[in-house]
Amino acid sequence: MEQDVTLKITDREGVLHEIEAPTDMAMNLMEVVRSYELAPEGTIGICGGMAMCASCQCYVNSDHELPEMGIDEDMMLAEAFHVEDNSRLGCQIQITSEMDGLEVVLAPES
Amino acid sequence: MITTDILIIGAGPTGLFTVFEAGLLKLRCHLIDALPQPGGQCSEIYPKKPIYDIPAYPEILAGDLTERLLEQIKQFEPGFTLGERAETIDKQEDGSFIVTTNRGTKHQAPVIAIAGGLGSFEPRKPPIPNIENFEDLGVEYMIREPELYRDKNVVIAGGGDSALDWSIFLSDVAKSVTLVHRRNEFRGALDSVDKVQELKNLGKINLITPAEIKAIIGKNHVNGVVISKKGEEDYILDTDHFIPLFGLAPKLGPIANWGLEIEKNAIKVNNALDYQTNIPGIYAIGDVNTYPGKLKLILCGFHEATLMCQSAFQRIFPDKKYVMKYTTVGGVDGFDGTRKEAPKAVVKKIE
Repeated sequence: MEQDVTLKITDREGVLHEIEAPTDMAMNLMEVVRSYELAPEGTIGICGGMAMCASCQCYVNSDHELPEMGIDEDMMLAEAFHVEDNSRLGCQIQITSEMDGLEVVLAPES
Repeated sequence: MITTDILIIGAGPTGLFTVFEAGLLKLRCHLIDALPQPGGQCSEIYPKKPIYDIPAYPEILAGDLTERLLEQIKQFEPGFTLGERAETIDKQEDGSFIVTTNRGTKHQAPVIAIAGGLGSFEPRKPPIPNIENFEDLGVEYMIREPELYRDKNVVIAGGGDSALDWSIFLSDVAKSVTLVHRRNEFRGALDSVDKVQELKNLGKINLITPAEIKAIIGKNHVNGVVISKKGEEDYILDTDHFIPLFGLAPKLGPIANWGLEIEKNAIKVNNALDYQTNIPGIYAIGDVNTYPGKLKLILCGFHEATLMCQSAFQRIFPDKKYVMKYTTVGGVDGFDGTRKEAPKAVVKKIE
C-alpha cells in the first residue's frame, strides 16, 4: 500500500513498535497511537486532539521537517511536564507522506 | 443525608440530560461532581470551542451547550453537590446505595448513574521528587481558603488563568507573591496578563521567567523552593507556600474500586439492554462506559441516558404500568409546578 508510511514509536514502557500508518485518513500521530493501542485508552488524547491536555506529548528523535508549532501547542507545552527541546504534541502532527520513517518516543503519563 | 431517585455521578452533558429524561418519568435526580461548576469537560477543558455534531445545532460552543442543558432541566430541580468527589459506595439492605464524597457528604438513592466521563478532574502535580511529603504542609494544588496565605510568602507556578488570577488576588493578601513560569508569555486572558504586568511594575508581584521550580526545601513545612532560571545558577527562594497551578487532568479515581468491571479505563455495561454495570442498580453512561462499538460522543451519551432512565423507572416501580409518551403529546410537567405543552388546536367557523 503506497499510501502508508512507516513510523517507529517507542511506548511508555520502552518497547519499540514499527507500524504502518495511513496518509489518507486525516489521522494525526496521537490517533495512530490510539488506533494501535500503544498507550492505554484514557491516558492519551484525553482532550480529543485540541492541544489542550498534553497527554499525547512525545519526543521526536528523527530530523523530519514537522509542521510548525501553533500557539495552542506552544502554550500547552509551556505548562506540561517532562518537556524537552524535541517535545511535540502528537495530536498536532498530521500523518503525511513526509512523515515516513518518523521516530518518536511517547512522554511519560502525567 | 441527601436522598433522591437517581444519583448521578458527573455533571457533564450526559449527566445533565439524564435529569431531563428522568424528570419525564417523575424521577428526581441529584448530581455529584468534583468540579465546582456543571458541564464537565465542556466547561472545564473547552468551553469556547465549537461542537458540530449535536443534532439540530450546526455549531454550538461547548459552554453554550452546558447552559442550554441547564435551562432544559431546570424545571426538574436537580440537586448538586459540586466540588466534591464521590469516594465510596455502600449497598443498603433495602437495595439502595449510599455514596459518600471526599468531604463526607452522604447521598442515598435506589439507582446510581455513573456519568463520570474520563473520571474526576484532579490537579496535575509537577514531577518534583519530594512534593508529596509537603502536600498540605505548604504545598497546595488548589486554593480553598485564601486567608491561609495572609502575611505569608507565596510562590505560584504556572502560566494559565488560575496562576495569573490567584497571583493577582493574593498580591493583596500575602506578604509577597512570586509567580514562576517556564515562558515569558502567558496563556491567560489578556486582562489578567495586563494586570500582572501592572502589579509587577508596582513591585507587588515578583515575576520569575523563564524558570521552573526544581525542588522544595523544608523539614516539616515548606521553607523554600529551588528555582532554576535559564542562563543562571539554581538558587533557593525562601517561601512559606508553594502553589503549583498546572490545570486539571481527569482520573477514574475511587470509582475504579467500587467492584465494577473495568476495561480500558472504562466501565463495562450491558449495551444490549440498559447500560447497567455488573452491579444491579448501578448504571454507567456516556464516556465512562465501554461496550462493543462504543463511541465517546456526547450524542451517544444522550441516547444511553434515555434508555437507562427507562430501566431505572422499572427498577424503582417494578409493578407500575408505563408507556413512553412523546413530549409533544404529554407536555413537560416540572417539579416546580410549571407545565410546558403544545398549544391547543384552534377551531373557527367560516360564515
